[in-house]
Amino acid sequence: MASKKKQTTPTDDFSARGAPAPPTQKVFIQRDYSEGTQVKFQTKFPSELEGKIEREKFEYTLNTLNEVYAEAEKMSCSSCCEGCFACLTAYLLYCCSDTHFEKCLKKVAKFIIEQNERVYVPRGLLIIDPVERGLRVIEICIFSDNAASTPARSN
Amino acid sequence: MPHATRKWEIYPGRNRFCCEGRIMMAKQVGIFYVTVGLIVATSCTFFIFDCPFLAVKITPAIPAVGGLLFTFVLATLFRTSFSDPGVIPRATPDEAADIEKQIEVPNSPNSPTYRPPPRTKEVVVCGQVVKLKFCFTCKIFRPPRASHCSICDNCVDGFDHHCPWIGNCVGRRNYRYFYSFIVSLAFMCVFIFACAVTHLVLLTRDDKPFLDAIKESPASVLVAIVCFFSVWSVLGLAGFHTYLTTSNQTTNEDIKGSFTGKRGQEKVNPYSKGGVCANCLFILCGPMPPSFIDRRGFVTPEHSIAPPIDSAPTTSPTSAVPIQGSSEVRLLSNGKGHVTVSVSNAGSRKQAIGSIQEPKRPEVESGVSLQPLSTLSASSLQLLHERTMINTDLDLDSLDESASSNPCHVHLESASVTSSQTGLLHPLVPRYNGL
Repeated sequence: MASKKKQTTPTDDFSARGAPAPPTQKVFIQRDYSEGTQVKFQTKFPSELEGKIEREKFEYTLNTLNEVYAEAEKMSCSSCCEGCFACLTAYLLYCCSDTHFEKCLKKVAKFIIEQNERVYVPRGLLIIDPVERGLRVIEICIFSDNAASTPARSN
Repeated sequence: MPHATRKWEIYPGRNRFCCEGRIMMAKQVGIFYVTVGLIVATSCTFFIFDCPFLAVKITPAIPAVGGLLFTFVLATLFRTSFSDPGVIPRATPDEAADIEKQIEVPNSPNSPTYRPPPRTKEVVVCGQVVKLKFCFTCKIFRPPRASHCSICDNCVDGFDHHCPWIGNCVGRRNYRYFYSFIVSLAFMCVFIFACAVTHLVLLTRDDKPFLDAIKESPASVLVAIVCFFSVWSVLGLAGFHTYLTTSNQTTNEDIKGSFTGKRGQEKVNPYSKGGVCANCLFILCGPMPPSFIDRRGFVTPEHSIAPPIDSAPTTSPTSAVPIQGSSEVRLLSNGKGHVTVSVSNAGSRKQAIGSIQEPKRPEVESGVSLQPLSTLSASSLQLLHERTMINTDLDLDSLDESASSNPCHVHLESASVTSSQTGLLHPLVPRYNGL
């Protein structure tokens, strides 16, 4: 990484730190609609992440995310009562309290921050919270150590 | 309060925003005013001319029930009109490029003719093949049940229809409000019509000719006529939407006949939850996703479409943190690397200037030490994550109160990230170029 380039020319050094490198590549994990329209992401390991992160770690992240999303959309007794009560109050209840769904999304945000910090950022990766993308995709940024490496896509 | 651009101000769709982005409607709202005017005028006429008579003659419950219905109707109407119908945010340039790459695959380089890439994708939903269409405006494959509203220029999840009467799209997020509105309006129509007719009948019963009764209470006649003509359409609509709700369909799907079998093929609705009750419960009381377009969030460089690499000196680690109030922070180093990082905040909250004057490793005085590259300060990292992932606003609820409670503390923390580390964190470091 850039710290190894301490003895390089000033211009190299400048380009290494002055202009922050954008992610060399981004991986997008699409939604899995096989069980309906509820939020679920494909757990297939993307080939672009090969050698960048352990399979188990990636799968753990994805499975946990899917679990929390499933919990958010589950028709449990409490969420049902919440909905019915909101309906009776002309949905004014939603103005004053967070829904179950929103609470779960906060949980997801916390989990992603924790995972990024512990697992992904040290490996040069970064997960973007899917809420930022409307729960359509999980965006994983890859920050390559080697600036010369081209984003070779293996399909 | 210094002005910072919120996301609704740069929103790409054709929408109207009011109250600092809290209210979201379509651009044309003329007919919405007609709806509100009609409902309010008819109800007020009823309350003024019919209610006092009926409350005395029959029961005081009539004005109470009328008032309750009226409140409910207006509350649900405003909720439907003013809320986000479930707009799916458009793809970022990177994501669009990625999708573009994926759909370019079928063209082999040696084929003689150029075949345009297929703009549909097939997915299997609950055992049924569903075609996802590519949206050229939003640069996404529309999720199942989503459709692009040509009036608002948005892809809307669970798109039902664009309703000019309420001045908004009806989609997944406001369908329940819309349904409640329609049903309660149908009840109110019937109720007011019945009351107005009762008023006239009671007047006639006192051995008066009908014409005298009309002369005595012309307002009741007006109310009855308005209700008589609107009740059919409202009742019809309520019935139709009840049918759609019980079968978990949208108007859009019903019109297109998405689930009607063609030529003997049996096609069932893959989204149905099973029974009539389950569908109603799911649609009216089920979980509802929050709005994804984050209208009131602050604009970060990810949203302002900036070139991936631009002039280096405009980005500095300290520019990550907007400092509240009219403060000016200067971190000047006069070591070997001559670095001036000044964050001034005279008028705008998000005005940050950082300049690196000499291409050498920056050193920042005032006790902020530079850290080795591999280890990022956990709190600064988390801070940056919070800023970019949960909300871009520091004063909203953050997970690390200690970091956000003190802007100055935050500032120094992020200053301790060396600029070479920002190479890693580039997308997290907001740049306020041209804002």
